[in-house]
Order: sequence, then structure tokens, then C-alpha cells
Amino acid sequence: MDREQKMLLKEIMDYSFALVETALYLDTHPYDEEALKLHNGFSQKYSQLVSLYQAKYGPLKNNQMSGCPWAYINGPWPWEIDFDL
Amino acid sequence: MWIYEKKLQYPVRVDTTNPALAQMIIEQFGGADGELSAGIRYLTQRWAMPTNQAKALLTDIGTEELAHWEIIGTIVWKLVKDAPIEQIKGTPFEAHYVNHGKSPYPHDASGVPWTAAFINSKGDPIADLHEDMAAEEKARATYEWLINICDDPGVKDALRFLRQREIVHFQRFGEALRIVQEELDRRKYY
Ligand SMILES: [Fe+2]
Ligand SMILES: [Fe+2]
Repeated sequence: MDREQKMLLKEIMDYSFALVETALYLDTHPYDEEALKLHNGFSQKYSQLVSLYQAKYGPLKNNQMSGCPWAYINGPWPWEIDFDL
Repeated sequence: MWIYEKKLQYPVRVDTTNPALAQMIIEQFGGADGELSAGIRYLTQRWAMPTNQAKALLTDIGTEELAHWEIIGTIVWKLVKDAPIEQIKGTPFEAHYVNHGKSPYPHDASGVPWTAAFINSKGDPIADLHEDMAAEEKARATYEWLINICDDPGVKDALRFLRQREIVHFQRFGEALRIVQEELDRRKYY
């Protein structure tokens, strides 16, 4: 995994984590408009980054589109990545 | 249903091969207060929850716990994957190695295998949410003991992240408990 791919993946991981945090908060504060604004903003950015990643490096989930050959299987798998840049 | 996302929740860095440390970290892979127990406990308790907030929260925290379980498995794997036999012999990981090689396996640090007896689902939302809050505090405490014995900066960093998550989960479960309590009181009086 080259530096550019790693940086994009880490950015996706950041937004994904932020979304977990806002989602858990919203689960018990469903009327909090401030938190919803934050969540929706993260969600929009996350979708953009995931589409970009998919187009460049293949699916992060097996329900996304792929060129031939099926790029979902490509390593490194998450537990094999050396996260140092 | 679930769908796998090909990424970790947190970037796991391991600085030095260390089978003895792996054997201690595995406490959170298959121990009583570990991530597997947490995930299965919360996901199993969802059916009997009376409010939508609690159903959503158990679903989302249960799912996050499975991501934590993957982080722990990754730490264990990275700590042992490059270890030559000589570096395994004589360490607490040796007993694990003769049964499982270098693969993680859900048992605790002393080798006791994971069992559903580590968790409960009482069908009583008040009892279950109290169990969940206690479970988060026990997981936090385990992470603190692990941080105390860990001298690998990368592993320590991931353990601190996981400890912090248990504190957030405790907070959210407390809110869910209050919401459920109010709902049950409302049903009683109207
Ligand atoms: Fe956890
Ligand atoms: Fe937790």
C-alpha cells in the first residue's frame, strides 16, 4: 500500500470514527440539532472519500462496484497494514 | 444484518515483537470483560429492549465492540507474527502456541476459553443496562492494568484509545438507562 492510498484510508478511518461517535450520541439525544449538523457533515464527507477510494483502489465493502478482476480481495487486509507513513 | 468494512477502527501500530505481551493483551480478545463478551452481550440484549434509543444504542455499541475485538486481534497478531521459536519458548505465549500456533484464539490471559457464561441477557432492560454499565467499567479497569504492564508505545497508544471508548460507552448506557426507566415509569402510571 503506497503512501497516497494509506493517507486516503486513514482519512476515511478518521471520518468513520467521528461518525461512530456522533451516532452513539444521537442514539440517546435524537433531537440535538447541533449534533445532527455535525453528523450529517461528517457523513457527506465520508461518502465522498469512500467513492474516491473505491474508484482508485477498489471496494471497501463487498456491495460496491469493482473493475475486473474483483479488487475487494486485494491485500493488504486491515490487520496487515503498516500504518507508519 | 452486518457488512464488513475493510478497515480498522483505529490504526494499530506495534513497535517490537513481544509474544509475552501478546499473551496478556489476549485477555481482551477472549476474557470475561473483553471485547468479544461486550459485542455478544449487547447484540444479544437488543430484542428485549423497550425503547428505540436503547435498541439503537445496543446495536451500535455492540457493533463497535466487534471492531475493538478486531483491533485486539490485530495487536496480538502483530506482536507475534515475526517471532522466531526461540523468542516464544519460555514465555507465557508458549502454551498458546502449541495449541493455536500464532493465530489469536478467544481465551483469556491465563488460557481459559471464552464462554457465553461470561455474559447475560436477563430479558429485563433495567438489569441488562446495569450489567452493561458494570461491564464497561470492568473493561476500562482491564485496559488500565494492561497499560501499566505495557512498554510498547504503539500498543499503549491503541490501548488508551480502547480505554477511552469504554468511558464513552458507560456514559451512553447511563443515558439509555434513564430513558428506559422513564418509559417504564410512564407505562406504569398511565
Ligand atoms: Fe470495547
Ligand atoms: Fe465498550
